[in-house]
Amino acid sequence: MSASIEIKNVTKKYGNLTVLDNLSLHIAANEFIVFLGPSGCGKSTLLRLIAGLETLTEGEILINGERIDTLPPGARGVAMVFQNYALYPHMTVSKNMSFGLENIGEDKQTIAQKVQNAAEILEIDHLLDRKPAQLSGGQRQRVAIGRAIVKQPKAFLFDEPLSNLDALLRSRTRLELAQLHHRLKSTMVFVTHDQVEAMTLADRIVIMNNRTIEQIGTPVEVYRRPATKFVAGFVGSPAMNFLNAENVDFDGLTVRATLSGNAVIETNILSENLMKDGAFSVGIRAEDLDIVDAQNFDIRVQVEVVERLGERTLIYCRQADGVEIVADDEGNSSIKVGDEIHLKFKPSGVHLFDSTGLGHHGAE
Amino acid sequence: MTGVVNSFLKPKAGSWSNALFILPYLIFFIGMLVYPLILGIELSFYKLDLFGPGRFVGFKNYIRLFSDKIFIQSVMNTLYFVVLTVPAIVLISLFIAIALNQESKTSSLLRGIFFSSSVLSVTIVTLIWRIVFIPNDGLLANVFVGLGWEPIGFLSRPEWALVAVAITTIWWCIGLPMMLFLAALQQVPKEVYEAAALDNTSKFRTFLYITVPSIMRTIILTIIIEIILQFQLFGQAQLMTNGGPNGTSRPIVMFIYDAAYKRWDIGYAAAASQVLFAMILVAAMAQYFFSSRKGHG
Repeated sequence: MSASIEIKNVTKKYGNLTVLDNLSLHIAANEFIVFLGPSGCGKSTLLRLIAGLETLTEGEILINGERIDTLPPGARGVAMVFQNYALYPHMTVSKNMSFGLENIGEDKQTIAQKVQNAAEILEIDHLLDRKPAQLSGGQRQRVAIGRAIVKQPKAFLFDEPLSNLDALLRSRTRLELAQLHHRLKSTMVFVTHDQVEAMTLADRIVIMNNRTIEQIGTPVEVYRRPATKFVAGFVGSPAMNFLNAENVDFDGLTVRATLSGNAVIETNILSENLMKDGAFSVGIRAEDLDIVDAQNFDIRVQVEVVERLGERTLIYCRQADGVEIVADDEGNSSIKVGDEIHLKFKPSGVHLFDSTGLGHHGAE
Repeated sequence: MTGVVNSFLKPKAGSWSNALFILPYLIFFIGMLVYPLILGIELSFYKLDLFGPGRFVGFKNYIRLFSDKIFIQSVMNTLYFVVLTVPAIVLISLFIAIALNQESKTSSLLRGIFFSSSVLSVTIVTLIWRIVFIPNDGLLANVFVGLGWEPIGFLSRPEWALVAVAITTIWWCIGLPMMLFLAALQQVPKEVYEAAALDNTSKFRTFLYITVPSIMRTIILTIIIEIILQFQLFGQAQLMTNGGPNGTSRPIVMFIYDAAYKRWDIGYAAAASQVLFAMILVAAMAQYFFSSRKGHG
């Protein structure tokens, strides 16, 4: 059973403090959607509003077209996996999973069957008689997911469920969650501040910042065509480089930007699409900067730090005017700290951000 | 050199020198508790007043006790009093704690008010409740008259005297258990209740299956503390009814007091003390045993 979720003009205030400001969002049935944003952006609050653990100040939330924001949490047909699992500590794994079904008066045989099925899917059937204190973090996590699965909810809500796991377990559980979504074909809403989780799991990512939604898009869209400067800076590691444009030339078919030091950058951005006033900044990702020889370059920089990641090398550099910029090179790069290197901007990778932070992109 | 340092820094497991750390406490524990306890047991085998050397009488004091109707009556009174007070104190303070387990000014104020009775001395408490219970002009008498009923002399009627003492005690004693329960309730993670809400759990089932098991250790602790305290009833009974009428509100401690300080029968009083000690020990241990066997301990 899978359901669409409609969030309409939702506002949440605590006294005078506005946490979410007039948010609207449609989540399709079967979709895996991730709320991504920095701490305090309101992403967990939005999830808790869907779950019914917080009350709306204004707006509506609908599941399959039915308004649910006035219903108690248990009546909304959603299941939630908490960051710290929130298992019932004095109940066995089996009881933890069956408790919700017992509450709604499901018969014992059906409950046993559902618990067994979920336990098999999650490979925890040998742990059913243990108590949470006797389980490892990863096992508790599975029990929490199992407790959600047995309810066969209309939607699964995950509140940063991987953040308490170690790095290895986190990447394994991430993969398993993706498989689980594929297998259950259920709507899943996942909150995280980890962009790797967001990029790898999501059908669409909702990037939130400062009480509002900055962008809703597929992982590739969010990465390649960030709607705002915030998204460009938040998604991707290393973050996108930003350089001030001294001058922007709209005369040609595509825009040309002049950087400090008089470097003129070609872009693929069509001139006609831009408001031709105000200040612009140029954005470019490390992989869109080519390290070239001294004949045909855009900017010359001094290398300050070389970070070898194995498959690639990140080169942290500084321009003559003091602005930092990160480029990347192959894993076996021979560039050393103190070298002077020359960088060229790929026109398809250049983004322009206007004074309101809005992003403009060219054809790729 | 390293070896020397290591052996200095790492005392051998179970080494007697470790006991030095608890020695100061141990001295007081043995001197002030264990020694008097043993002395008390010894005294219970003597026929003794405070004015001359005693005479060893073996188990005679104990034999006398169990054929003493006044002692048996005081044992039954004490058991009845414990049954009246302990469950009531635990349940009332638990429900008050649950009701006041929220962050609001009103609940903070009410917590203070409910706790305030605990800081009063027994003389003040009994004075207040004498005014409530006193026939003719007492609060309850006025209420009864107002309702058109015949006022009851709570402190002078055999069937009511101990009940009145119990009500006074409950009022006096709910503060501390309430605070213990509040502290325990605040340890229960909020998310567990949220998970229960998402699991469609009714308020009653949440209380029964989430709250109670989560604070079971505190409930057991409170019951044991209250059993120990209420078996030692003395001041309230002494000041409100003086054990009367006709011994119906005389607890064991008052029997011991009368035997030791009114009749100077020290050995006999010491024997009664040992019986009381055994009763408290058995009751507290039984409570602990049964509750931990259910897997909550």
